[in-house]
Amino acid sequence: MSQDEHSAYNYLRHTKKFPNVWCSGCGIGIVMSALIRAVDRIGLAKDDVAVVSGIGCTGRMPVYLDFNTMHTTHGRALAFATGLKFARPGLTVIVIMGDGDALAIGGNHFIHAARRNIGLTAIVVDNSIYGMTGGQHSPTTPLGSRATTAPYGNIEPPFPVCELAAAAGATFVARSTVYHAVELDRYIEQAIRKNGFSLVEAVSYCHTTFGRLNKLGPAVDMMRRLKENSVTKSAAEKLSPEQRAGVIVRGVFCDEDRPEYTALYDEVIQRAQEGAGAAVRTTGGLG
Amino acid sequence: MTARLMQGNEAVGWGALAAGCRFYAGYPITPSTEIAEMLSRELPKLGGKFIQMEDEIASLAACIGASVGGLKALTATSGPGFSLMQEHIGYAAMVEVPCVIVDVQRLGPSTGQPTSPSQGDVMQARWGAHGDHPIIALSPTSVRQAFDLTVQAFNFSEQYRTPVILLLDEVIAHMREKVELPAPDAVRVVDREITRVPSEWYLPYGDALSDVPPMASFGMGYRYHVTGLFHDPAGYPTQRLDEIGPWIERVFRKIERNLADIVLVEEDGTDAANTIVVAYGATARSAQHAVKLARGQRAKVGLVTLLTIWPFAEEVIERVAHMARRIVVPEMNLGQLALEVERIAGRRKVVRVNRANGEMVTPMMILEAIEGK
Repeated sequence: MSQDEHSAYNYLRHTKKFPNVWCSGCGIGIVMSALIRAVDRIGLAKDDVAVVSGIGCTGRMPVYLDFNTMHTTHGRALAFATGLKFARPGLTVIVIMGDGDALAIGGNHFIHAARRNIGLTAIVVDNSIYGMTGGQHSPTTPLGSRATTAPYGNIEPPFPVCELAAAAGATFVARSTVYHAVELDRYIEQAIRKNGFSLVEAVSYCHTTFGRLNKLGPAVDMMRRLKENSVTKSAAEKLSPEQRAGVIVRGVFCDEDRPEYTALYDEVIQRAQEGAGAAVRTTGGLG
Repeated sequence: MTARLMQGNEAVGWGALAAGCRFYAGYPITPSTEIAEMLSRELPKLGGKFIQMEDEIASLAACIGASVGGLKALTATSGPGFSLMQEHIGYAAMVEVPCVIVDVQRLGPSTGQPTSPSQGDVMQARWGAHGDHPIIALSPTSVRQAFDLTVQAFNFSEQYRTPVILLLDEVIAHMREKVELPAPDAVRVVDREITRVPSEWYLPYGDALSDVPPMASFGMGYRYHVTGLFHDPAGYPTQRLDEIGPWIERVFRKIERNLADIVLVEEDGTDAANTIVVAYGATARSAQHAVKLARGQRAKVGLVTLLTIWPFAEEVIERVAHMARRIVVPEMNLGQLALEVERIAGRRKVVRVNRANGEMVTPMMILEAIEGK
């Protein structure tokens, strides 16, 4: 197959950008191709797509993508994306974050972006660890796992990412893994199509740090574990709570329709311009 | 238009609208909140956008995102929030995205005294973000000037692709004065230069022709990369010394080559004075009164009012310091901008007049310093 025929080719930047920064065997690249396939399937023009990221291994994804791309600060990608989307509601804005990025330093922005139901698609690549800084425990590190900052085992329970997003107000929430790439494509596509805040948790792994510290073997072993240790939502319902412990449940957890933030604000503009008046005192206009 | 009684914060809001600001993101904090309140009411009337964010970090992030999307963006805060914004002031400087940050200074550190004035953030405005980068900071001395310098802050920000900080103090922010605002078409408004090259030729940080590269908004058909990492002219991350060095030189050059445009100073009677008062913000009002009283006693006193705090008015201070025997620097802090005056004039000539308890520096305090008491 020539390069031109590869589905991702037209969506990648070809000047000065490759090879990428990720370790060989890393799952982040799979999420990147899933994102590309989803955009391609929807048929979005590259000019109309913006990809915004924070800091970390996952945060490096946008630079390889031939969209409007923004690599922002640690944890704040959703806040930057909120401003961008609000200023240009016509853009499809996809926010790509790691677990530490989205849920520790960015946890506040995560719940508030979901609460506002602003039309962003958030993708959290969850590898249970801070990879770029060398393996510190994150808000999704499983209890008991080892990290360089949890040498005796992690005592902090992990966030259930999807449940958190749904409770905070996201209108589309789904989880899959980097092993289940076809399913991941589909969920990201559904998330982008949703007019509201959507979240896809892409469960991945970090063989370089987490795998090594927890003796989980090379990337292939960790990938196999995603296959063997995950079930669909319907299959999970048949499991006892004990059987479900530690199992990755894949599926769509929330798919609702509620008014999207920028659309609601258009109504605010209309009310203001019709002179319906603000509820608070006015002090007159300019000139 | 007719004269109106107006608060400094309100004047900032009108100034922003007159300058073409169409986006505000902020978080409530005393004594800046009136700016958010009035813009939440006025922006949508003009089709603009207002959003109350979850904190000040997110507020400036949203402003930068909106500015990349092509809107002139403003946020306003006070000391504690200004501290939280520092990382994104650095980011805006790094990615050269225009935005204006209003800091209504209140007594600190920490929660301090939220309703009391201060000028304690002067050095933070210059050095608050990590790393080396230039910054522009302006500080008005009246309500009318709050309007004018807000417009100016946007104009500098757009012209030089840089974050601009507007330092108010609680006195100017909450004081009501009779003002007459200019008609909208009488306000000089500068817009960022938008690229005109075809997208395939566009270099977002190319510096071949200008130290301030033309911008393209996301969605205009120019797909490029914005990153807080050091980047090459194409916007891509770089570790190359021959790309990092020229970048730093250029972003400093774009300010330093334009000091004559950026450094705004008012001088009153400085050519024949042996004592000079250097003041800014609300303290300049006390200084005006003190200078008037001193002149009534035939003292040869000049007044330098700094409207631009950063970059510091080195040339002006150097010139007046050369002639003056004494330079009085009153501030509502324990001596911040006095350090800059001392750097230029030498410590021996400078008399600091400081107050950092939430009260203004009074004209009498300055007068005593002028008289050498």
